[in-house]
Amino acid sequence: MANPDSSLRLSAESLALIDVEVAKYPPDQKQSAVMGALRIAQTEKGWLKPDLIEYVADYLGMPAIAAYEVATFYNMYDTQSVGRHKITLCTNLPCTLMGAGELAEHLKNKLGIGFGETTEDGRFTLKEGECMGACGDAPMCLHNNHKMHTHLTPEKVDELLDKLK
Amino acid sequence: MATLNIEIDGRALQVESGDTIMDAANQAGITIPHFCYHKKLSIAANCRMCLVQVEKAPKPLPACATPVTDGMKVYTRSEYAINAQKSVMEFLLINHPLDCPICDQGGECTLQDLAVGYGGSSSRYQEIKRVVRDKNLGPLIATDMTRCIHCSRCVRFGQEIAGVMELGMPGRGEHTEVMPFLESQVASELSGNVIDLCPVGALTSKPFRYTARSWELSRRPSISPHDSLGSNLEVHVKDNKVMRVLPRENEDVNECWLADRDRFSYEGLNTAERLTQPMVKYNGQWMETTWQAALEFVADKLKTIPAEQIGALSTPYRPAEELFLLQKLMRGMGSGNVDHRLRQSDFSLDDKAHGGFWLGMPVTYMSRLNRMLVVGANLRKDHPLMAHRIRESVRWYGELNLINAHEDEFLGKVHAKRIVAPSQLASTLAGVCRALAELKALPVPDIAAHGVADDTARKMADSLSGGETRAVFLGNMAQHHPSYSQIHALAQEVSRLAGASFGVLGEAANSVGAVAVGAIPGCGALGQPALKGLNAQQMLAQPLRAYLLLSVEAELDTHDPVAAIASINAAEFVVMMSPYKGKSLDYADVLLPIAPWTETSGTFVNTEGRVQSFSAVVKPLGETRPAWKVLRVLGNLLGLAGFEHNDSKEVLRDALGDTPLGSVQAFLDNEVSGVKVEPPSPGEGLERVAEVPIYQTDAVVRRSPSLQMTLDASLPVARMNSRLIAKLGLQENGRVSVRQTASALTLKVQRDDFLPDNCVRVPSGHPLTAGLGPMFGPITAEPV
Ligand code: SF4
Ligand code: FES
Ligand code: FES
Repeated sequence: MANPDSSLRLSAESLALIDVEVAKYPPDQKQSAVMGALRIAQTEKGWLKPDLIEYVADYLGMPAIAAYEVATFYNMYDTQSVGRHKITLCTNLPCTLMGAGELAEHLKNKLGIGFGETTEDGRFTLKEGECMGACGDAPMCLHNNHKMHTHLTPEKVDELLDKLK
Repeated sequence: MATLNIEIDGRALQVESGDTIMDAANQAGITIPHFCYHKKLSIAANCRMCLVQVEKAPKPLPACATPVTDGMKVYTRSEYAINAQKSVMEFLLINHPLDCPICDQGGECTLQDLAVGYGGSSSRYQEIKRVVRDKNLGPLIATDMTRCIHCSRCVRFGQEIAGVMELGMPGRGEHTEVMPFLESQVASELSGNVIDLCPVGALTSKPFRYTARSWELSRRPSISPHDSLGSNLEVHVKDNKVMRVLPRENEDVNECWLADRDRFSYEGLNTAERLTQPMVKYNGQWMETTWQAALEFVADKLKTIPAEQIGALSTPYRPAEELFLLQKLMRGMGSGNVDHRLRQSDFSLDDKAHGGFWLGMPVTYMSRLNRMLVVGANLRKDHPLMAHRIRESVRWYGELNLINAHEDEFLGKVHAKRIVAPSQLASTLAGVCRALAELKALPVPDIAAHGVADDTARKMADSLSGGETRAVFLGNMAQHHPSYSQIHALAQEVSRLAGASFGVLGEAANSVGAVAVGAIPGCGALGQPALKGLNAQQMLAQPLRAYLLLSVEAELDTHDPVAAIASINAAEFVVMMSPYKGKSLDYADVLLPIAPWTETSGTFVNTEGRVQSFSAVVKPLGETRPAWKVLRVLGNLLGLAGFEHNDSKEVLRDALGDTPLGSVQAFLDNEVSGVKVEPPSPGEGLERVAEVPIYQTDAVVRRSPSLQMTLDASLPVARMNSRLIAKLGLQENGRVSVRQTASALTLKVQRDDFLPDNCVRVPSGHPLTAGLGPMFGPITAEPV
């Protein structure tokens, strides 16, 4: 069962967090906790290597491919390695109407990378995001899945990038 | 359930509440176009091809996922419905390549067919189509994933029928791709069914690839010659050659499925190893000869040997007509030495049985059992589609209990299991027997007196006393076991105490048929008294002067290949009737080319006693002849009476009478009486655990190149648990020298912590392990 590669093993803290997720569901439906478990694994390891997905799947007693489906469906899971700072720019309609297109160009030029790429120094990853449910504050981006930056302009973007080391 | 009145396309229908519009339409013979819907799979409703108009509904509804309601009016062909269907088709075709001319699915493609009805004549889509990298799913399934329309049938098949989710659909929207996890091959023994399920050419048959167009093939019905289910086949033939094999739907047998063994074994039919001319060995030299000369030679020679010095052996994979004539021939000559139970080692039930052993119930019942106990069976590999039925029972909250000597993934929930060394199988069963008796406050049967009712035994007993439909089954390993009679008698007691039905899972395609036509010593057709004689083991333990072999590859087909080969080598005259040359070139004196199941008519009786006759689908190759004809002529040449049959039907009538089905059913009986059970002596040393690998069961399968490339056909290894590896000072993945009676063999060590202590699991029936010895018993293992 458990993967022999010990570098994949999650810390006791992460496993405890996963157990909390698992406890929310009936004992024979552990796999319902897959989204939470993947999130916790990603937070600890930075990104979801296929082997790590397999580890989580084994832990929940579900087929690895089923966990992999979940990990590739939601774009806040990273199945490729990412830089220290992941900028996810919303490019859906309201944000685009409010200038997300120009912001995208600006970010790409400034960082020298395209969507889905990481700067050579491993500092930034740029991702294309879907509607973040806060269109009133468009355009916007998300930093490392947790912090939202709204009403963006090229200047505000520069400021933000400077702050992120 | 309430009956509802609905109307589809103006036709008034009465349907059950809970049915979907699709169900209702199917019952009424109205076709609604669809891709993702499949009657055996869950409803996904993700292709949207089945959109129909429903009165008062504000938008088109998917017929496959919309339950009917009373008074519902459905229009499947209204302008509104057709528009919806056409729009869906336009979306589906956006990314579908226009490669029908080079696609194997062409001519039998649901997408192609429906596009004729619902597709536009040109595309409004000018952009670049998406391209999806092909996946390597192994030697059986070819992929062209750009053609996939994401119906998810293949994914649901894995989850719901095969019991293992090997394919998934990672990604999202346009980036969705069907794939296995991390480039792995599919390993399910039912994998080929996704080829039939895939409505487009994304998943096609690799062995069949580019060899014929579907409209060039004639489709002929047949019966599978491998496991004891007797799956119904549709054999596709072109230019007198079998090009591929598909399932022929039979709800009572294989439903719409086929195991990979039934589907791909045909590749073994036309190999270079086929024997196409009678051959006789003169002074150590093989010479081709005519049938006349060969058969006269055989008859003359047999006349010079005392009948009781002749042994006739057949595999249980041959049609009933041949087995019947073989025993008739032997008994005509005055010998009862005839048998087909080549892998059996305990024959003491022969005078204690009341009839032929069988499943004890119709196959269909296996899908709705509440409580089951299966003893000594490698369910998935030995009985792939019956395992699927048991999984179905388990999915409907049935409880499966297992007693076995190894634990291979069953792919379903197991209620309780006991994995013990082979020598402990009987006493474990005795434990369950005692637990059941105690639970029901009944006297403990004498034969279970030594049984110990531990926790697991009690858990099984508990389980077996609940539910409404219960069954106890014995698998192949139980039947091959040196204490088979005890296991059988104990299982019978367990089933009696539990009020369960009792069944023996037939080992091979014609295991039941062979007994029914009298191909065993002391029992003629349908149990009529007949000449006693030697059983398979006795015939092979000591050399006889002559052997008549019906497709027996002694080094692979027998319980103890070492003894078998030694005896056959020592015989003065060996006649081999076989479709293949094989190793018999070394030990036979006469080789007679007989037809494989595709080239002869015949009958297989499956494990539930279903008598299934079939016709030849192609002409015999070269000078090959159906074996029943060969045996009939041999009977004539030997001057025996009753060999006047003109066709195989007459042979069958001779064997089983005018109503074969009724006579066979009446003959079947699992009841045995008078078996003595001895407490097992505590085992010393190591024990062998052996099974016949799924793709080594019979001569045809062994020669099917694609099946031999699957993971199930990997080279044999010696499996043992980590305790034993440590105790013997071995290394996991290192090498070990194993030995039974004869020569030693070096194998790779594989850790299998599900094995009982002191057991070494080495497969039998494989050329590599043929030098090892009996399937059970002591074995030694030491570092190389
Ligand atoms: S590969 Fe075939 S069966 Fe599987 S999802 Fe695609 S179209 Fe459907
Ligand atoms: S479109 Fe950007 S947040 Fe909704
Ligand atoms: S068949 Fe109904 S949605 Fe696919």
